[in-house]
Amino acid sequence: MSRTKLVLTGNYASAYAVLHSKVEIVPAYPITPQTTIVEKIDEFIETGMLDATMVRVESEHSAMAVAIGASAVGVRTYTATSSHGLLYMYENLWWAANARLPIVATFVTRTLGPPWNIWSDHQDFMTLRDSGWILFMVKDAQEAYDLTIQAFKIAENPDVRLPVGIAYDAFVISHTAEPVELLTQEEADKFLPSPRAIQPLLDVDKPYSIGNLPRADYHYILRKNLWENILDAKKAIREVGREYGELSGRDYSSLVEEYKCEDADTVFISMGAMAGEGMDAVDKLRDKGYKVGHLTIRTYRPFPDHEIKTIAENAKRLIVFSRALSNGKGGILYDDIASTLYREGQRIETYDIIAGLAGTEVSEEDFMKIYYDTRSGKLDTGKSIFIRRGEYV
Amino acid sequence: MGEVMYPVTEPGEGAAGKTGNWRWQKPIIIIDKCVKCGLCWVYCPEPAIYLDKMGYPHVNYEWCKGCGICAHECPSKAIEMVSEYE
Amino acid sequence: MYRPKIVENLGEDEWIYAGHPACHGCGAALGLRHLLKTIGKKSILVVPAGCTSIIAGTMNAATFNIPFIHTAFGAAAAVASGVAEALSKKGMDDINVVVWAGDGGTYDIGLASLSGAAERGHNILFVLDDNEAYMNTGIQRSGGTPRGAWTTTTITGKKEEKKDIMKIVLSHHVPYAATASVAYPLDFNRKVKKALGIKGFKFIHLMAPCPPGWRFETHMTIEIARRAVLSGAWILMEYENGRLRLNPPSSNMLDKRRISLEEYLMMQGRFKHVKRELLEELKRDVELRWSEIKEILEKQGKQ
Ligand SMILES: Cc1ncc(C[n+]2csc(CCOP(=O)(O)OP(=O)(O)O)c2C)c(N)n1
Ligand code: SF4
Ligand code: SF4
Ligand code: SF4
Ligand SMILES: [Mg+2]
Repeated sequence: MSRTKLVLTGNYASAYAVLHSKVEIVPAYPITPQTTIVEKIDEFIETGMLDATMVRVESEHSAMAVAIGASAVGVRTYTATSSHGLLYMYENLWWAANARLPIVATFVTRTLGPPWNIWSDHQDFMTLRDSGWILFMVKDAQEAYDLTIQAFKIAENPDVRLPVGIAYDAFVISHTAEPVELLTQEEADKFLPSPRAIQPLLDVDKPYSIGNLPRADYHYILRKNLWENILDAKKAIREVGREYGELSGRDYSSLVEEYKCEDADTVFISMGAMAGEGMDAVDKLRDKGYKVGHLTIRTYRPFPDHEIKTIAENAKRLIVFSRALSNGKGGILYDDIASTLYREGQRIETYDIIAGLAGTEVSEEDFMKIYYDTRSGKLDTGKSIFIRRGEYV
Repeated sequence: MGEVMYPVTEPGEGAAGKTGNWRWQKPIIIIDKCVKCGLCWVYCPEPAIYLDKMGYPHVNYEWCKGCGICAHECPSKAIEMVSEYE
Repeated sequence: MYRPKIVENLGEDEWIYAGHPACHGCGAALGLRHLLKTIGKKSILVVPAGCTSIIAGTMNAATFNIPFIHTAFGAAAAVASGVAEALSKKGMDDINVVVWAGDGGTYDIGLASLSGAAERGHNILFVLDDNEAYMNTGIQRSGGTPRGAWTTTTITGKKEEKKDIMKIVLSHHVPYAATASVAYPLDFNRKVKKALGIKGFKFIHLMAPCPPGWRFETHMTIEIARRAVLSGAWILMEYENGRLRLNPPSSNMLDKRRISLEEYLMMQGRFKHVKRELLEELKRDVELRWSEIKEILEKQGKQ
């Protein structure tokens, strides 16, 4: 059988990845803009294409709870949510990570209210920053498909055993159709071993208790162990990405995507859909003779410290676009980058740009304007800079 | 690579240590009065009462917390609670 | 070798290890002991936050000799739904999936997930371990705390009535729902067995007195549980496919052959402050429940 290329939205691409990953249990609760993923999976199940059980739960809290129960028994489990749904399941998201359950979830990013707002920013996603989930943010439907399949392989790796989240922006990715190349089922089966390989935590032949009271000293070690495992997961992510590259021709062996960074003196850093605009801006600026590049953070946790360090060794100026804000502090991605630079002793000009909040579009013009204004010394590295549709606010 | 540590525990006695040390009063079974009804065994929440071959109950003082339920439930008053401090 | 009949009936295998951290005379620990005896080792126990999170032991030793998972406070029925569906996917439907949740984890924070699981009809036995307050956090009132009871958040006595959780559960058309008491382990045992033989969502509401929370001496746990039944304040019954049946001794109490309510309430420090007027009201509450039951039975009889 040869591969097919379908025109798919990001959400349908995710659903196809779930189909090809032979997921067994899908608990889910509807919320815009996640809904069409689950509807599509439901269709796969009802038409007999996917042998899975859909558990149509009464809340997101229960969606993740069902996922926890199912994953603890050792079956492949997937769910998806957004925004208020993500926050509603929050407690259980941490539970999944600390119980070391290889659940995979899609988080379609959406602004938190009030006021109600269905458009994208990354505020919901960023609440998962410290949770122990391995977190990817992708910039198009193809990546959503590719990384969702890889996510199961990473999560179920016995040296990793952590839940994995794949995030992307509402509508711009979730509901925008583009050509996506799919693996054949045979290829996917070869890449991703049988779900039965997942070691169950709940097993009548090994009557263990999951989550008993620890001594604090031991619990500290458990926490440290998760931290070590998520850092070590970089290796698994790279290996799985390389293997997937060999299979599909699309390489994911790096935690980041560098675009024209080799000789760049200025590098934009962003994640998600706006990375596309950032790269377009790089092309325009390169046409004008400016040495700029763009770095897309695809693996957000574990954080690509090494890749940032390498970029900062060659560049003079970093411009970080955050689509989420730590209220009372600054751009969240900026803080991540700044702390990496500080640890590495790299003191370079770094700007904190807050863009795309509440679903406002971020255009290549925004990237270009910021670039010019940093060159002319108009912008302050000591402050968070808010830009909305080409205007400082 | 660090091996994954799971928050799991194997079962076993004494999760809270030797709970027999919690006792301030101690059940004493007077076998002569016992009619082997089994109720002390039924109602012990620990469980800290076991039956011998003949069906007579005995207290496992390693775990018995001295709650006194067995004594209260015994229909033939065959269990006496005595202070641990006298 | 001699064994009393009751011991033979309940079985001598123990699935709960002694040396667990429950308080002296804990009704919940006894309930767990008998529950596990009945469900046996081919079972998975799912437990939300509450006293049983502690009774389950530490990371040095687990109290329960069957697979056990702690869950977030409001999540037990949902986690169990996932366990049940996953087992079914693996072709392991013969394993019992059992929730053991406190009144807080059932009446209050767990109500949505309980309702969801019951409505979806997963193959689960949900046992409500009712000690009528949030004991683990220090005796705060719950939706299951009875009117008049002192708790640390109702220091002059709870003003509101205990929620009728049985009616809530029955409104989900579950195939089996029953009440039980730690004072009547054979009745509990029979109901658990019966529930496990039925496919779908089953519910057992177990009354399990708590010495520190109800303010009574530790040897009185069974006595008080028994008086709850004998006074008619707690009614042993079961609903099979919506059809009600009373169980002994409650089945003999329709015509008011009961001990007085005082004989139950006044043994407990939590009701010590109750004055005559409130007592009369509490008695009326009990009568009301019995007249409802009478009505249901009469209606059923006519069918
Ligand atoms: C989301 C959440 N809120 C609050 C708590 C704190 N908490 C733990 S146990 C408990 C009360 C449990 O009461 P109940 O369900 O009646 O069980 P019991 O302790 O009486 O056995 C509370 C409030 C928690 N663990 N999680
Ligand atoms: S005193 Fe309590 S713990 Fe000790 S044997 Fe009797 S019932 Fe069991
Ligand atoms: S309850 Fe009393 S009579 Fe019955 S077995 Fe125990 S000691 Fe003997
Ligand atoms: S507080 Fe009550 S329910 Fe909790 S362990 Fe103690 S006796 Fe048991
Ligand atoms: Mg309680």
